[in-house]
Amino acid sequence: MKLLRMKPGHGEILLAEGDPEVAAEERELIEAFRAQLDQGLWAAVPIATTAGRREATLVRSFDEVPRDAERVIFFPPAAGGR
Amino acid sequence: MLLALSATAIVVVALLWEVAMPRMVEAFERHRARRARVGDPTQGYDPGRERRAEQRARALLRSCVNDEEWAMYRDLGFIRVWGAQADGPGRGSGRATGGAPYAYLIYPHKPIVAYLPQTGRLLNEYCVEFPDETRPYGSARLPDSDDVLAKWMALTGDERRLITTANMHLPGRQVDPKQVRRDLWRLQQWERRRVAHDLRGGSVPTS
Repeated sequence: MKLLRMKPGHGEILLAEGDPEVAAEERELIEAFRAQLDQGLWAAVPIATTAGRREATLVRSFDEVPRDAERVIFFPPAAGGR
Repeated sequence: MLLALSATAIVVVALLWEVAMPRMVEAFERHRARRARVGDPTQGYDPGRERRAEQRARALLRSCVNDEEWAMYRDLGFIRVWGAQADGPGRGSGRATGGAPYAYLIYPHKPIVAYLPQTGRLLNEYCVEFPDETRPYGSARLPDSDDVLAKWMALTGDERRLITTANMHLPGRQVDPKQVRRDLWRLQQWERRRVAHDLRGGSVPTS
């Protein structure tokens, strides 16, 4: 599983990578995940539905991330624009 | 005698001035340049950096959306996302869809436009941004394709939350309705071409 974050002037950056089935790596993933949420970022998991559609699931905790998810993408929270 | 010496002195000073002046100016400029503040390379607009960021963002977008959506963005510059709320995105504006299918057009760094595909009627504009206040390079603005992907993820992941967060306006406030109608027409043509090619079993053309 990779945790990625969108950055202005950069594109995505890799925050952490690991296997959530390995305890030590899972801890690192959880720490990195919480750090981003503490900064107010939104987290999304891109998924493919059984019907072949692509969509994203917004998650608010690491527990909500599917264990087999390949990526979690963090991005700045939405704000009403002008 | 005194007059002659004075005149000679004046001429000598004038000649020395002529010779020395450019060197003095040059030395002063060099001194000023040395003392000038050197700009922070992490700040300000760098077209090369932005281009590389956009390339990375496009690759990420492509890996997340389906083939049709990617081709739509590549060829037309926007992505259509179908709405999933039962009463449409009107949020009490009196512009509910009455259960009719509705969709959004996602443009980079422009409001999301809701419309009725059956009639082409424009419903609302949703002004939403994803500003990164850490401003790593002095700007809070994500690359274009990251902005599109953020909107796509937020819309497909939690449409109601995004629409509630956005500032809703009537069509035409920021995005020219003529442009949107032209884009809807382009989308229609584009889809026809894709269907025709699919029926012929050919590869899909890129415009």
